Amino acid sequence: MTTMTEKVSPGFWRAAGKRLWADKLARGCLFILAVYFVLALASTMGWLAKDWNKQVAVSWAAPTMVGKQQQDSHGFKVEVIAPDAEARALDPLTPFEAELTAAAKAYQQEAVVLADTLPLGADKVGRDIGSKVIKAAQTSITVGLLAALLSVAIGTVFGAVGGYFGGRLGDALEWLYSVFTSMPYILLVLAFASVLGGGVHTVILVLGFTGWTGTYRLIRSEYIKQRSRDYVLAASAIGASDARKMFLHILPNVSHLILVQLSQDVVNFIKAEVILSFLGFGVPVEAISWGIMINEVMPELVLGKWWQLATVATVMSLFVVAFGLFTDQLRDALDPKASRR
Amino acid sequence: MLAFIIRRVLQMVPTVIGAILLLFVLFNLFGGDPANILVGKIQDPEKIAAIRASLGLDQPWWIQLWLFFKQVITFDFGNSWSTNEPVSQLIAHRAPVSMTIMLQVWLLDALIAVSLAMAVAYRRGSLTDRAIMGICTAAMSISLLLYVVVGQYVLGFKLDLFPVLGWSDSFVTNVVRYAPLPVMLLLAVSVAPSLRLYRSFIVEETNQDYTRTARAKGAGEHRVMFVHVLRNATIPIATYMAMQVPQLFVGSFLIEKVFSIPGLGQEIVESVMRSDFPVIKAITISIVILTMVINLVVDLLYKALDPRVELK
Repeated sequence: MTTMTEKVSPGFWRAAGKRLWADKLARGCLFILAVYFVLALASTMGWLAKDWNKQVAVSWAAPTMVGKQQQDSHGFKVEVIAPDAEARALDPLTPFEAELTAAAKAYQQEAVVLADTLPLGADKVGRDIGSKVIKAAQTSITVGLLAALLSVAIGTVFGAVGGYFGGRLGDALEWLYSVFTSMPYILLVLAFASVLGGGVHTVILVLGFTGWTGTYRLIRSEYIKQRSRDYVLAASAIGASDARKMFLHILPNVSHLILVQLSQDVVNFIKAEVILSFLGFGVPVEAISWGIMINEVMPELVLGKWWQLATVATVMSLFVVAFGLFTDQLRDALDPKASRR
Repeated sequence: MLAFIIRRVLQMVPTVIGAILLLFVLFNLFGGDPANILVGKIQDPEKIAAIRASLGLDQPWWIQLWLFFKQVITFDFGNSWSTNEPVSQLIAHRAPVSMTIMLQVWLLDALIAVSLAMAVAYRRGSLTDRAIMGICTAAMSISLLLYVVVGQYVLGFKLDLFPVLGWSDSFVTNVVRYAPLPVMLLLAVSVAPSLRLYRSFIVEETNQDYTRTARAKGAGEHRVMFVHVLRNATIPIATYMAMQVPQLFVGSFLIEKVFSIPGLGQEIVESVMRSDFPVIKAITISIVILTMVINLVVDLLYKALDPRVELK
């Protein structure tokens, strides 16, 4: 067997994988992305950040590194006043006091110990920013991935049909493409969002339904190129159906382009989700995403509570930069002839 | 020339019809009954019926579609559901505000990106080139939202170099006082992709035979770069710049919201929040038509830029 493999030249995917792995930058990016995906998955399964919505610390607990913040009392003195006999006489609840105290004992009170500091600090209502940012990563990455899958699926099917058949059907799809690209992207997204309403599912649908045009263009031109190639003609000669030629013969030959497009779309859609959520048309406020976290940050900054912004900015930028660089490397590995811009 | 223009205008028709159909399907069929949206503001059922009648909502859908067509053809989009202001007047008030910001961004972006692209393309492969390209990749990856939030806090609030937000009625005050920070933040995001693109255009031209010929006949480096290379690279650069023109009218939604700039972008965001469908529909369709007119003008401009181009 070993003598065999030495002679056989590696397949396309294996060769591309090797090219990708040989690059240190790509390996580094891949490692960072793997960490994010594991965290997002763990959070989806409920192993991590399950209690992100619970108060675990005092309001705006500082990061451990910064140390405990002096609770700001705005110069007011807090005094506990014990009511005297005269005040008690005026209080209509005085006769029931013993009864009320006894009744209150029936309810067990749990003493919640609120932390003064957390590794990454806490937000206004004392939620741990560490868990919050993981939960937000789960939402943002899920939205980015699913929206990219949807848009690439739509784009690929339209592109394949338009490119393969051409004719009237192709013209109709070209017309649809020209309509979708005739308006600025953000306007199109907002038009869809205003009709479909908010929610995580709708954000995925909105981004998917509006973002397919790039994939469509790419796949269509590839199908036009491939449909007259010899292997497709050979497939026709043995009586392969159109669907078989489109999806079993041609599709594998353009799948590397689809993968690059998918990777590109994930980055773009995560960025779009962040902006949509910030503007108030994305993920609802009860859920959490990176965009919502940044939205919360603006009034905090004025009070000098910078840690939520620092965390979300670092986490988000690292992910987006790593994914962007990885996409570039992926394109180089899968499509060596394409010139890079 | 005239035949070309007429043909192009006729080609626009199907796309505009498509855009009208798309908006109609979105807002009139999926958007729910606008009377239900208005009902929160108005209680009287008779009034609602009157509103439905005035909007043509009691008609069958084909009549409604026809009404929308008529609005587009006459450019009379009716009134906003929430403010009752005529939509065309609203666009006329808001678009110049967006343009005050966006026109500066557009011009400065071109100026900065073209000069930097010339510099790095000339020294391509050098450390400067790779460093600037690396910075571009990083700058492109970071979300505009972060630039805006951090920029407003650090430059506006902490260092007090610029007003944190605001807008005035005076054009000069706006340009001098309120516009610089938003313009800077938008440039931080827009220069990187333009620079990368323009660099590739210019590098491609420097590899052409005519560049070598120009050098061989003894033209100075300045002449080669600015007269020969830049002249030819202008065509793709102009195309890219023209693609951004529709954006100039709409403005940046994010910037306008964060800095409270009363431009068209903010108006759209507010209309979407209030489900003010006539405003969204009108603005979108106007931008669609505007985009196509601009594309036509750009094609005519090519003829001026490049005499080899033949208008077909």
